[in-house]
Formats: sequence, structure tokens, C-alpha cells
Amino acid sequence: MTILKSAKGFWLSILLSIILFAIIQFLIIGEYLNGFYINTIFFMGINIILAVSLHLIIGITGQFSIGHAGFLAVGAYASAVVSMKLGLPFPLAIIMGGLVAAIAGLVIGIPSLRLKGDYLAIATLGFGEIVRIVFLNIDYVGGASGLQVSHLTTWPWVFVCMMITLLVIRNFTNSTHGRACISIREDETAADAMGINTTYYKVVAFVIGSFFAGIAGSLYAHNFYIIQPSNFGFLKSFDILIYVVLGGLGSMSGAVVAAILLTIISTFLQDFPETRMVIYSILLIVMMIYRPQGLMGTREITSFFKKKKSVEGGPKDDNQHTVA
Amino acid sequence: MTTNTPLLKVDNAGIQFGGLKAVQGVNVELDRGELVGLIGPNGAGKTTFFNLLTGVYVPTEGSISLNGEKLNKQAPYKITRKGISRTFQNIRLFSELSVIDNVKVAYHSLAKHSIASSIFRVPGHFSGETEMHEKAVEFLKIFNLDRFMNEKAKNLPYGQQRRLEIARALAANPKLLLLDEPAAGMNPQETQELMKLIALIREKFDLTVLLIEHDMALVMGVCDRIYVLDHGQLIAQGTPAEIRNDPKVIEAYLGEEVS
Ligand SMILES: Nc1ncnc2c1ncn2[C@@H]1O[C@H](COP(=O)(O)OP(=O)(O)O)[C@@H](O)[C@H]1O
Ligand SMILES: [Mg+2]
Repeated sequence: MTILKSAKGFWLSILLSIILFAIIQFLIIGEYLNGFYINTIFFMGINIILAVSLHLIIGITGQFSIGHAGFLAVGAYASAVVSMKLGLPFPLAIIMGGLVAAIAGLVIGIPSLRLKGDYLAIATLGFGEIVRIVFLNIDYVGGASGLQVSHLTTWPWVFVCMMITLLVIRNFTNSTHGRACISIREDETAADAMGINTTYYKVVAFVIGSFFAGIAGSLYAHNFYIIQPSNFGFLKSFDILIYVVLGGLGSMSGAVVAAILLTIISTFLQDFPETRMVIYSILLIVMMIYRPQGLMGTREITSFFKKKKSVEGGPKDDNQHTVA
Repeated sequence: MTTNTPLLKVDNAGIQFGGLKAVQGVNVELDRGELVGLIGPNGAGKTTFFNLLTGVYVPTEGSISLNGEKLNKQAPYKITRKGISRTFQNIRLFSELSVIDNVKVAYHSLAKHSIASSIFRVPGHFSGETEMHEKAVEFLKIFNLDRFMNEKAKNLPYGQQRRLEIARALAANPKLLLLDEPAAGMNPQETQELMKLIALIREKFDLTVLLIEHDMALVMGVCDRIYVLDHGQLIAQGTPAEIRNDPKVIEAYLGEEVS
């Protein structure tokens, strides 16, 4: 019963997305939209992929990763090498961007996720910086002056990659595997005690998240004429982190909405990068005061259409850090 | 001499935190089907002993075997899969998950559908999830928790949260169930219901239970045997009647309320 019902909602949202796709495609082909708007739409799609991929790591699995731009960079450079240096077709470049980023995720994830605690935050922060410095010093990819990339990213590619990302992460989350990840977020010790291989699921979520950050990187690289290490600094990681936090940790639709809103805000503030950071900070502070759970809390958009029920309040005692 | 190996055999086990010997030289044997109590003053090392049994801490001395198989240095999730599951002194539910999802997490290790099958939504995913769901619904009915099925665990009343935690531990299909102060914070009526629940569990599931409890009436009332821990060491063991009259136990509890 519930499966049937959710399937109905699922096909409805697919239908709506296809209509949205067709409208935008029509507007682009008919040249009703100027380049500025088209570019903003592309960035929205790419940022949604980034937001949702980090949402799986932080919002669902509860692993604090703060170097997501590092995987974006790895994907961007890997795909640019495949398309520009090796001259292979664009779809292959997109996939390679994802795969190489996933391998990087595996290499960073296995050692740092085996331990409990904040090792991942430290490792990913370092990774983001190291990646940038490495690309800065490799002449093969142009060093500081960057790597020339053809403009191959088109609206259909952005749309297809975005939809695949949303579907894969939604399907993963709504399964026993997603529940295993959420149980780690909720209480790692209890998850362990329930027979969940916590290290395995932390790594899986991290690698899937890295893969899609790499896919976003491929689209990102081929949306410019040149990519440079300076595109992928800590501020970029911070941007992605904000989507997830602002959207409400644990809500995929929240991450999507935040990515759309903040892409619009930042596009209009493009020429004032300092102002942008100030506005972001103010936004975050206001949010922390009035809505500490984020735009959506842990809820999804669909839940607003369902009736609310609740039982009388339970105990307040949580946040026990010892194993008792 | 019997040919049967005990279900749980703890041989001279202990753990040291820095200079503190939280548990030392503990020998415990549990036979199948027994309900055994573990009591002792606050800070005696009871919870730490559970953490040793479940692999949260690795013993610095001695060994622990389940069904004759040594469990030393195994990860907690592997020990759970081998048949030891537990509840926690401070409830550790997955608060943001629904009641039924809490139980489904315990079924996870039995799931037959892979990550890929869930991502691509092949039929195996649906049949696997449906099977889990139906099993969990039936399971919750035993505990009278099915009416809360779709509530978030954190929204349950306190007594029901304790109940759910026990249910979740049982869903992991243990041979040995460890309950860490399940009656803590309960009112007399809830404690009464808990005792009924423990009796029901023993009847329905083929289980051995080790129970840490402060409520002496509860322990003396339901346990076949009792171990007494003080300052990390066993100071007595025996039937409830023997424990009640043991001078060492009375001494250990001096200054503490004996109820
Ligand atoms: N991880 C730890 N590090 C240091 N000391 C600990 C740790 N865990 C427990 N202890 C100490 O071990 C002793 C026994 O604690 P515990 O097992 O919780 O007692 P009980 O459950 O019997 O009340 C206490 O003195 C406690 O402070
Ligand atoms: Mg204790």
C-alpha cells in the first residue's frame, strides 16, 4: 500500500521534472534566455548535485566532511584531461570525473572513517587544500594559469546528471542501506550494537558522495573555457557545506532548495564576493537564531502534504558521550 | 563434568583504564535459558563488563567465549551477529527514525538485497524491503508497539522507549541478551510491566538473559542466579536467597539503599 502510494508521488515528480526540463530546453533553443540566465541555470543544476552528494555524507550518515570542493576539483581536472588531453568523448569524460573522484574518496575515507571522532573533518579539510596545491604545481594541467577546456556542458547533460544524482541518492537513502547510514548518524555505538558494519557504510556513503561531486566537477569544468586551481578553494567547500546546513541536516529537498536559493543570491552578488560572504554569514546567523534545524529540518517536501500526528513528549535526556 | 559447553564463558576477564582497574579477574558462566542478575553498587563496573562482552572495549586480560568460540578483539557488530545483543543504561534509540525503522535496522544484517539492487530498484529490493517490513510489523505486535509504528522513536513516552530498546535488541536475534538497568527511571507500574515483558521474552524467544538492575525486588523476583560485582571484582554469586544473606554483599551495599 505505502509502496504504491509513494510510487505515485515518484512518477508525478518525474513527470514534473520532465516538463521543467522541456520548458527550459525550449527557452534555450528558442533563444528566449540570455547567456547570463542560462549560466545561472547550469550552476543551479551543478550546485544541486554538489549539495545532494554532500547531504548523503553529512545529513544522512552524519560524517562531517568539509573539503567537498576537493572532489569537485578532482572530477573537474580528471574529466578535462580525458576530454582535452586524451580527446575522448564528453560522456566518457563525465563518468571518468566521477570515478576518479570516487577513488580519491576511497583513499581519504578508509583511513579517516575507521576512527570515531573528527578525523574526517581534519582529513577532508587537508585534502581540499592539498588537491588545490597539487594541481597548482602540475604543469601537465597548466599549473596556476589553468587548463583550457571546451565548452561542452549543455542543459540536457546537466539535467540528466542532476536527475540521476537525485534518484540514486534518494533510492539509496530509502532502503535498508540508507537506514544503516542514518542509524550511524543517530548513534554510532547503538548502530554497531545492532550489527551494522559502521565503517563500511560510512565509506560507502562517502564514496558515493565523492563520485557525484566528481560528476559535478566534470560539468563544472566543461562549462568554463578554462579551469584553475583557484576555482576550488576552501570557500567553494564552504559554499557547498552551507547548502546542506541551511537546507536542514538530513533533508534532501532542503539541500536542493538551499542550493537553488543560494545560487540565485550568489549570481547576483558575483561582482561583490566580500558582500556575498557577509550576506551568507548573516543568513546563517539569522537561521541559527530563528530556525536552528535549517530550512526543512530533517523533513522532505513531500511530508508537508501528509497529515501531522504526534504523541506526548518523551524524555529530554540525550547526548550521552560515554558508552553507558 | 558435562559435555555441554556453557553459552557464555568469561574467563578471568578484566580491563584497565589508565591506573583504574574497572573490571578484574571476572569469571562468569551462563547456561542456555538462564536468567541471571548482575548487581553491585554504582561504579562497580557492571556497564563496563557489558562493554567487554559486546566488544565496545577490548579486555586487557582474560578471555570471553560464546558457544565455545573466543570473541577476543572482534568488532562489536560481529559480536552482535554472533548472538550477543544489548540495551543501554542511557537509552540509545535512533531518535529521528520511526519506531519500525529502529527495528528494521536490527534486521539489516539479514537483508539479502544489495546496495546496487536498491539504487536501481530491481525487484529484489522491493521483495527484500517488503519482507523486512512485514516481519517488523509482526514483531512490534508482540511488544504492543505496533500502534506507535510510524512515530519517531524520540516521541515515545519514556517507558515505551525502554520497551522499544529491548524489542530492537531482540530483533537482532540474539542468543544472549544483555539488559543494562532496564527499569531505571520507571515508575512502579512501568516496572511491573517490564517484569511481565521479561517473562514474556523468556517464553517466546529461546534466550539467555543477563540483567543489570538496581531494583532489588525485580532482580530477586525474576533471576535464577545472581552475580555481585564490587570495585570491579566478583564478590559473590548464588541464588537470590543466598545473595540476600551473604555478609559480603550486605557490607558492599552498606550506605547504599537496600530495597
Ligand atoms: N572509558 C572509560 N574510561 C575511564 N574510566 C571508565 C571508562 N568507562 C568506565 N570507567 C570507570 O569504570 C568504573 C565502572 O564504571 P561502570 O561500569 O559504568 O559502573 P556501573 O555500571 O557498575 O555503575 C567507573 O569508575 C568509571 O568511571
Ligand atoms: Mg552502569
